[in-house]
Amino acid sequence: MAHGPAKGIGRWFFTTNHKDIGTLYLWFSFAMFLMGGFFAMVIRAELFQPGMQIIKPEFFNQMTTMHGLVMVFGAIMPAFVGLANWMIPMQIGAPDMALPRMNNLSFWILPMAFTILTATLFMEGGAPNFGWTFYAPLSTTYAPPTVNYFIFGVHLMGASSIMGSINIIATVLNMRAPGMTLMKMPMFVWTWLITAFLLIAVMPVLAGAVTMMLMDINFGTSFFNAAGGGDPVLFQHVFWFFGHPEVYIIILPAFGVISHIIPAFSRKPLFGYSSMVYATASIAFLSFIVWAHHMFLVGMPIGGELYFMYATMLIAVPTAAKVFNWISTMFRGSLTFETPMLYAVAFVILFTIGGFTGIMLAVAPADIQYHDTYFVVAHFHYVMVAGAIFSSTAAVYYWLPKWTGKMYNETMGKVQFWIGFIGFNVTFFPQHFIGLAGMPRRYSDYALQFSDWNMISSTGAFIYGTAQLLFLYNVITTIRSGKPVSEPKTWDGAEGLEWTLPTPAPYHTFTTPPAVK
Amino acid sequence: MLRRAKMLFTLIFAPVVSLAISAGALAEEAGNWAVNMPRGVTSVSNSIYDIHMLVFWIVTITGVLVFAVMFYVMYAHRKSRGAVAANFHENTTAEIVWTAIPAVILVLLCIPATTSILDIYDTSEAEMDIKVTGLQWKWQYEYLGEDVKFLSELTTPESEIYNTAPKGQYYHEEVNEPLVLPANTKVRFLITGQDVIHSWWVPDFGVKRDALPGFVNETWANVLEPGVYRGQCTELCGKGHAFMPIVVNVLEKEEYKTWLIDKKAEQAAIRELTNKTFTMDELMEIGEAAYNRSCAGCHQVNGQGVPGVFPSLVGQGIAIGPVEAHIDIIVNGQAGTAMQAFGDQLSELDQAAIITYERNAWGNNVGDITQPIDVYNWKKGKR
Ligand code: HEC
Ligand SMILES: [Cu+2]
Repeated sequence: MAHGPAKGIGRWFFTTNHKDIGTLYLWFSFAMFLMGGFFAMVIRAELFQPGMQIIKPEFFNQMTTMHGLVMVFGAIMPAFVGLANWMIPMQIGAPDMALPRMNNLSFWILPMAFTILTATLFMEGGAPNFGWTFYAPLSTTYAPPTVNYFIFGVHLMGASSIMGSINIIATVLNMRAPGMTLMKMPMFVWTWLITAFLLIAVMPVLAGAVTMMLMDINFGTSFFNAAGGGDPVLFQHVFWFFGHPEVYIIILPAFGVISHIIPAFSRKPLFGYSSMVYATASIAFLSFIVWAHHMFLVGMPIGGELYFMYATMLIAVPTAAKVFNWISTMFRGSLTFETPMLYAVAFVILFTIGGFTGIMLAVAPADIQYHDTYFVVAHFHYVMVAGAIFSSTAAVYYWLPKWTGKMYNETMGKVQFWIGFIGFNVTFFPQHFIGLAGMPRRYSDYALQFSDWNMISSTGAFIYGTAQLLFLYNVITTIRSGKPVSEPKTWDGAEGLEWTLPTPAPYHTFTTPPAVK
Repeated sequence: MLRRAKMLFTLIFAPVVSLAISAGALAEEAGNWAVNMPRGVTSVSNSIYDIHMLVFWIVTITGVLVFAVMFYVMYAHRKSRGAVAANFHENTTAEIVWTAIPAVILVLLCIPATTSILDIYDTSEAEMDIKVTGLQWKWQYEYLGEDVKFLSELTTPESEIYNTAPKGQYYHEEVNEPLVLPANTKVRFLITGQDVIHSWWVPDFGVKRDALPGFVNETWANVLEPGVYRGQCTELCGKGHAFMPIVVNVLEKEEYKTWLIDKKAEQAAIRELTNKTFTMDELMEIGEAAYNRSCAGCHQVNGQGVPGVFPSLVGQGIAIGPVEAHIDIIVNGQAGTAMQAFGDQLSELDQAAIITYERNAWGNNVGDITQPIDVYNWKKGKR
């Protein structure tokens, strides 16, 4: 019995449809991306020149903190959950997610969490100002009173992520179309399945960390307070036990997206599918045992220092295999460069550069000089922005015609790509130099020798910011007035069950499972 | 559509191009375009530099090779050049090779990295010890066994920071009193924090280590060339994070000895002042300067504090209450808050002067005088 979406605004509040919820996640993520981006613009505007021009140092710290939190938990993670909601059922031939009501709840928790978090900006004492890594005791004894709202917000986000992950695991394990064995699953589904397990493993650890903070702040415990017998370094161990897998939580689904787009525009199957699966799984496993490479300077015993250096370098091996696989997929293909492919290629190049600086950072003695400088900032923006943001943008361009039945304007897509690509590199490449030259991160003001590259970097940031407005414009004009498309396959090289569905994808799909050979 | 896009393009890129041009001009006059790590002046910083360059070249060459293949593919195998897609999707040999090669390179890389880190961790046979304490937002240096201890704070004036005066050459990197070290001497640093975590970094020494409250980290440096070296705090520590630079003045051994003797005499003289009696005016004057240096960062120059975070000292609370409580909070701080213990940081004179100042400035007029000896006796009697 086919029926369409509910009428009116209630559709969005009460929906249990995976496509609606996917859409909600994606719009929410984009809204957060603009907000986090606005914070970044404030930061870069302040750093345009040495000296304090537009804001005070205390507010600067609130901006860096909120920028990090909003981007990681509000923009990037929900973007991939949104893609998962849209694509996983369509890629495995399922009618919907396994737990649709929980799906609705896990989304609607997020706006609440971020309303709470953003509201702290307007409260007495200001927003959290201790960095997105919120190291104790700056985030406990010395925190502004709003830290309690922050803790509550993090708990909510964690609950949302855990629910989302359970849903994805249940869907993938139980609802695949007959004939779709695990080793026939599309890469995006594989990477998300692994990511979901990572999330379930580490979100409770994060919850533990913030709960210990809550106890230290309000109930007189001393988990992280040396004066009471605690240890501030304990906080860092717990945080990074969450935090390191977290960065793979962010990047693995990106790998999945890229593993669809590159074959589609190379018109050639993905090279080394099974090694891709194994590489993803081994990256996920390794991500649990390298956390303290973020802490080379806390005074670990030499044994710890060496172990974490060796283990971290190990991650480069499966990651390199992935890059080689993507290039081999392109090798002797029949390549075209529509916008999604441009983004995918840029992803491979820029993510690899981020990987290279990652290897440099893994070298413990050299990390003495790199640690907590702009070199690190450059590194993780190459993997987070060029990794996660580029790939989710690529995904939107790639699947938008399937979702909406409208084609985006290719020229505008390319223009948007090039402005973004140039803006991104102008922003973040000089930050390698700034860091090597000696500017620490999270600095509201700096010495004169860093001024020129900072000015360039800020200019790049404004360009990159503009590109995102253009992206918004492109998506909206596509939805409102894009050229209608109706053939099931938008891209002649694209493979997968989603491309067997009509375009635009109907509200309910695969109510009877397809047969997979 | 295309025209609109082109217009947008020019609009956005015009500033970049013009900036790139003016940037060249700027470079000539300022030379602020450093792109790489300094080689530094210690054996450690040199070995770090060498490893850094080694890894840099490894990844750069790998990158050039990989991207060259990629760009070749992107050029040669495009559909518009008539490329027809092959259909292979596996090649076990290739996959083994490109797993093995990075693995081997990384193992080789671990050898110099391990040697270097072992050397960095070897703090044995140090000839002298300096205790470095990070506080919100300054550093304290203590010459262990020499009875010399002082605070080192930023001296760049607000006017330069807030752009009402031109910035000096060492803007943001100048302090009232630098750490002084002898050259060619193995110095061990015992690094700790008093409030939150800070991190003590001097790039030219290849020394950076977290300053953890309640724990002491060890590291060392043997500086080969005398000179002035500048560094910064590298762990977010609150609003003054960017404003607690490090300056180290490295002297020839002989010069250092003279400096140390003078410094000891100077500190002894300050301790002498504890016995002297001061007038109200003298205390107010000393107090204002010391308050602005040590307290205004939080309580503000006008004493009003920051609502919700740092209390106001004007017309309320301890600053106009019984003087014992006032001495106590300055000597011992308030455990579990940002109000640190100043008893060991400031001289008795400074503490007494600040107390007197706070009780009689900004419209507070308690009228009493606190003498250095009062603070001294307080510390002796009650710790
Ligand atoms: C790092 C920030 C910081 C600095 C620097 C600082 N204070 Fe405080 N101060 C505080 C905080 C926070 C409190 C509130 C403590 C509490 O909650 O009891 C406080 C409380 C006080 C009080 C008690 C106020 C009252 O009425 O309860 C006095 C007096 C005081 N400070 C004096 C000083 C003096 C004198 C200095 C300089 C030598 C100084 N403070 C430097 C943060 C600071
Ligand atoms: Cu600090």
